[in-house]
Amino acid sequence: MADAAARIVFDHVTKRYPGRAAPAVDDLTLEIPAGEICILVGPSGGGKTTAMKMVNRLVDMTEGDIRIGDESVRDRDVTELRRGIGYVIQQTGLFPHMTVAENVATVPRLLGWDKHRTESRVDELLDLVDLPAVDYRARYAAQLSGGERQRVGLARALAADPPVMLMDEPFGALDPITRTRLQHELLRIQREVRKTVIFVTHDIDEAILMGDRIAILRPGGRLAQYDTPEAILAGPADDFVADFVGADRGLKRLSLTRLDELPLQPLDGARGPALAGSTTLRDALSTMLSEGSRVVVVLDGEGAPRGSITLDALAERLES
Amino acid sequence: MTGILAASGPVIPDFGEASSCVQDNRLFCPDWVRDNWGPVLQPALLQHVKLVVIAVAIGFVLAFAAALVARRSTWFERPFDLFSALVYTIPSLALFQLLVPITGLTVTTVEVALVSYTLLILFRNILTGFRSVPADVLEAARGMGMGSFQVLRRVELPLALPAIMAGVRVATVSTIALATVAAFVIPEGLGRPIFLALRQFFNTELIVTAILAVALALVADGLLVLAQRALTPWTRIKAGS
Repeated sequence: MADAAARIVFDHVTKRYPGRAAPAVDDLTLEIPAGEICILVGPSGGGKTTAMKMVNRLVDMTEGDIRIGDESVRDRDVTELRRGIGYVIQQTGLFPHMTVAENVATVPRLLGWDKHRTESRVDELLDLVDLPAVDYRARYAAQLSGGERQRVGLARALAADPPVMLMDEPFGALDPITRTRLQHELLRIQREVRKTVIFVTHDIDEAILMGDRIAILRPGGRLAQYDTPEAILAGPADDFVADFVGADRGLKRLSLTRLDELPLQPLDGARGPALAGSTTLRDALSTMLSEGSRVVVVLDGEGAPRGSITLDALAERLES
Repeated sequence: MTGILAASGPVIPDFGEASSCVQDNRLFCPDWVRDNWGPVLQPALLQHVKLVVIAVAIGFVLAFAAALVARRSTWFERPFDLFSALVYTIPSLALFQLLVPITGLTVTTVEVALVSYTLLILFRNILTGFRSVPADVLEAARGMGMGSFQVLRRVELPLALPAIMAGVRVATVSTIALATVAAFVIPEGLGRPIFLALRQFFNTELIVTAILAVALALVADGLLVLAQRALTPWTRIKAGS
C-alpha cells in the first residue's frame, strides 16, 4: 500500500527574512534520491530547520524551487501538500486533548478515511513503533514517557503513508539511552517503509549513524559539503567540515562498518578477545587497545569462531 | 430613581389574609413561602435565569469574536481590553440611568448592561485560553495539513476550553448577582421580590429570595463544572497513571 518514495530536489533555494541582511538559506542545491535519509546538519544559524520547512511550506522560499518527484511544491495546494508529508518535531506537538489513537488518526481523518480503515491503520502503526495498541490506544500524551511520545509522533507522521518525511531534531530532547534505541528503531522502520526522509540535527554522531547522505550547512545557510557519511569522514571538503566532524573522524569512520562486512583472515590459531560479527570496527579497535591484543576473533551467529581481524587490517581500512 | 421604582407591581404580601407569622413579620415564615412559590418566587426565578442566560450567551459571542481578532492582531487587544475594563468600572445603577433615555424601561436596557459587564471577564479568559495553546502543537497541526479553521476547531478551541470555561463560570455567577439590579428597570427577576421586601421590611421574602439567588449561583456553577469535566477529560489525567 506504500506510495512510492519520491525524489526531493532543492534547486538554488534561497530564503531571506525581511530586515535581515544575510540570508538564512543561501543558494542551496541538493538532490535527495527516493527512499534515502538525508541529514541536514550544522551549527545553529546554519538554516537547516528553515531549509526543511520550505519543503512543506511552513516557510516560504524567496528564490529557487523545491520539487518532490517532478512537481514543484509551489504548484501544490498547501494543505494537500502537507497531508502528503510526514512531519515530526522535537517537542512532538502531540495533541494533549486527544488519545494516542486519535493523534495517530489525525491525517487519515483529514483525508476522510472511513472509520474501519483508520482504526486498523492506527493499530498497525502502533505495532510498528513498538507500542502495543491494546495498551496505548486510549492513553493521553500526559501518560507517556518522552520516548513513547516521540514514537507516537513518528506513528502519526507515517499514518497516511506519505512518500516524504520531515524530521526536525526528533530525538533531541531524549535521554541518551532512549535516544540510541529510537535511532536504531527508526533505521529498522525505514528499512520497512523506505521513505524519502529529511532529518535535521545538530549532532554529527547522529548524522553519521542515521544518514544515507549528509548535507553540512555552515552559518549563513550555505552548503559546505553533501555526500555519504563515509566520503565526508574520509575527505572533508574544507577546514570547516573537518572541524565540524571532529578530530576523531577516523574513529567515526570505523564505526560505520561492522566486523562481518570485512574480509576475515583465517584463524590460524590466533588468540585474542572474541567479538560478535555485528560489532563495529570502532568497538573492535577499542577492545584491542583495552585488552592489549593486536587481533580479535570474530564469532558467527552461533558463537563459533569464524576468523580473525588484525589491527593492521583496521589501519589499512582507514587508508583506503 | 423613584421613577424607575414606580414601575414595580402591586404590594405583596397582603397582611389582611396572612398568617400570624407573616403579620408579626417573624424572621422566617414557611407558610408564606409555600403560598407564594407559585405566584411570586418561581416566576421571578425563571425570569432571572432567562436574563442571565441571554446576557452570558450574547456576551460570550461578542467576547469570542473579539478574542479571535485579538489573537492574531495585537493592535486590537489593548483598545478592546481598555473599553471592556472601562465599562466594567461604571456602577450598574449609573449605567441603567445612562441607558434608560435611549432604550427605555425595557429588557434591552437590562441586557445591554448585563452583557457589558460580562465582556471583560470573558474576553480576557478566552484570549488567555487561545494564548495557552503550545506553539509546538500549533506547528504540528499546521504542518500536518490542517487549514486555519480546522486548527481552530480541532486544536485551539478544545485546548482553550479550561480557561474559557473558567471565564464563563465567573461571568455567570457574577451576572446572577448583578441581575437582581434589573428590578430597577423592569419588574422581572429575583430583584423584584427583594425590592418589595425591602420596602416593607418583610423578613421572610428578603431571606428566601436571597437564598434562591445564592442557590441559583451555586447550581449554575456546579453545572458548568460538570460540563467542563465532560468536555475536557484529558485535564484530569495524571502523568504516569
